[in-house]
Amino acid sequence: MKKLSLLLVVLMLLSAFLTGCGGGGAADEEKPDGSAVKSIAVEGDTIKIGVFEPTTGENGGGGMQEVLGARFANSVAPTVAIDGKEYKIELVEVDNQSDKTAAVTAAQSLISKGVVAVIGSYGSGVSIAASQTFADAGVPAIGASCTNPQVTLGNDIYFRVCFLDPFQGTVMATYATDQSFKNAAVISQNGDDYSTGLAGYFKKAFTEQGGTIVADETYQTNESDFNAILTTIKSANPDVVFIPSSITTATLILPQIRANGINAQVLAGDTWENATIISKDSVGVAFSTFFDENDTSNPVAAKFVTDFKTYLNSDPKNITYNANTDTVAAVSALGYDAYMAIYNALQSLDVSGAELNSMAIRDAIAKVSFDGVTGKISFDDNGDAIKDTAYIKTITDESVTSKEFKFIKTQSVK
Amino acid sequence: MTTTAFLQYCLAGISIGGIYALIAIGYTMVYGILRLINFAHGDIFMMAAYFMIFAMVDFMIPWYISAGIVIISTILLGVLIEKFAYSPLRSSPRMSIMISAIGVSFLLQNLATYLFSALPKQYPSIPILNKTLTFGEVSTSVVTFITPIITIGALILLMLIIKKTKIGMAMRAVSKDFETAKLMGIEINTVISVTFIIGCFLAALGSMLYFTPRPSVFPLAGSLPGLKCFVAAVFGGIGSIPGAVLGGFLIGISETFIKAAGYSEFSDVFTFVLLIVVLMFRPTGLFGETLAEKV
Repeated sequence: MKKLSLLLVVLMLLSAFLTGCGGGGAADEEKPDGSAVKSIAVEGDTIKIGVFEPTTGENGGGGMQEVLGARFANSVAPTVAIDGKEYKIELVEVDNQSDKTAAVTAAQSLISKGVVAVIGSYGSGVSIAASQTFADAGVPAIGASCTNPQVTLGNDIYFRVCFLDPFQGTVMATYATDQSFKNAAVISQNGDDYSTGLAGYFKKAFTEQGGTIVADETYQTNESDFNAILTTIKSANPDVVFIPSSITTATLILPQIRANGINAQVLAGDTWENATIISKDSVGVAFSTFFDENDTSNPVAAKFVTDFKTYLNSDPKNITYNANTDTVAAVSALGYDAYMAIYNALQSLDVSGAELNSMAIRDAIAKVSFDGVTGKISFDDNGDAIKDTAYIKTITDESVTSKEFKFIKTQSVK
Repeated sequence: MTTTAFLQYCLAGISIGGIYALIAIGYTMVYGILRLINFAHGDIFMMAAYFMIFAMVDFMIPWYISAGIVIISTILLGVLIEKFAYSPLRSSPRMSIMISAIGVSFLLQNLATYLFSALPKQYPSIPILNKTLTFGEVSTSVVTFITPIITIGALILLMLIIKKTKIGMAMRAVSKDFETAKLMGIEINTVISVTFIIGCFLAALGSMLYFTPRPSVFPLAGSLPGLKCFVAAVFGGIGSIPGAVLGGFLIGISETFIKAAGYSEFSDVFTFVLLIVVLMFRPTGLFGETLAEKV
């Protein structure tokens, strides 16, 4: 027995020693402070980019639209020349199942497949969960639509091409104040980083602007019955109800708001920009998003919209994934921009004999500046895109037949 | 809490409870006959919703005909599952058939994801059910109001079938003693098929009532309701039909009031705690059969 336990201890020490020395295949660079940084080298003439998105689970719908954006970008720019050498760019897709636990596994599988950069994810919670895995491997990640500040905070490998929740929450609160609403109710999803974060920033901004929060309700993941909390909200009699939630929740809660006889203005965040939520019950709803396909001021966006629609219509499956329309979702545009940010970084690389690896790509991404579909893209010290405009869209009676959102205005923060 | 709010909560609770009851009956009947927890039942309920989308949205069939189509196709699905996944395992250990049921559940979920994508699909609106009713201050939709009535109606009808008809008598005999019933010349296969037919019929009915006010259908839409209804069935005493109905109503009402009190994060926790407490004092549930040693 004693011998056995001794053997175990020795084995444990050995394994700790081995993992401490790093796995095989990863090159270690010396940081100025002496700690080793891992990175993954490009092998052969194929550059693998991971697509880390949910295609099943609660956020499967929006995640799939983001994947479509990345796939389309890959079809537009399938190869890249670095120092005169032509590399093929290959997308490696994994499904993080909208689940924080599954996300870590999915991230690890990407690393083991040797990706040198990652796009994703839809849903801040899964991005936060996986960020450590990417950081440990030294693989840069570019979030397309994960708006929670925690995603990029405190690590130097996570970037994002969208605006952040503190901004988005303030934008929606400002919009509500501009419409002279005084009393707001907030409904958020317990344990969801995106939902609770955005609700918090909205409440803060709305009270600062002189409004009152009359009801603050939460619900559980996978909830389908909101009658109880809606009854509470109805008794509080708000002018406006702010619901940062997933698409799945939106389609459930909207008819119940109608049935409960609540006539307040419903506001939401960027997730609601998906044709599935359009019905006669959602007429009048307004939300903020990153992009509008009818905004012709940006030539890059105009070209993207035309080509992406062609791409969607080229395969009936794509239309199915896109909520049965060929409307361009903001998350698809962001998925495209995330890919292009990596592509621009690759183009700007000057390896000149040094190894082409993921940390080199990370450093190049930090310096990227280009005109994307969703506006000019460059990153600040946190890795966040510098953006100051949100698009407010609504659902009208025409939307019910056309399945298209109506653009109201661009909104920035005072 | 004002009277209006209280009434509104009660209505919401009884309504969701009625749907739980309808699905719980399916769990309890299959258990009574086969001693099998049909874990795929929640997913059959989910598939019923997709059938409705097919019939009404893709083929533009009016709702009253679609309802019939949905019921028939759900029944077919249930009977087919029984034929392919359960009946070959009838003589194997009970655990194997249970694992097969879990397998079918995953199969249906992933098949739905593959065929219809993970995007939530809009459940078609049945105009007659979506009308808003107002009683003074309380406002609700027709479907919420008629759900408990339909549930009670279905329960009475089912009890009559079991008490008065020949097939009902056969079902009682089979649930009492499978082997002896077989020896007495009861057509076991027919009885099992009828059980699945009734269970799936109620699941199809439940899906129409459930998804009309919550019109979002996605591949996992049946998993949590399925689990809760299974709990409702155990709560009322698995194998007992009135027990399943009572369990469904109790869980629906308790859930709603927990949420009303502002503890929505504890509503499911409470449901399961309630179950544990009941099982501590009544191991076979509220209406469960007393465990007698068979000699």
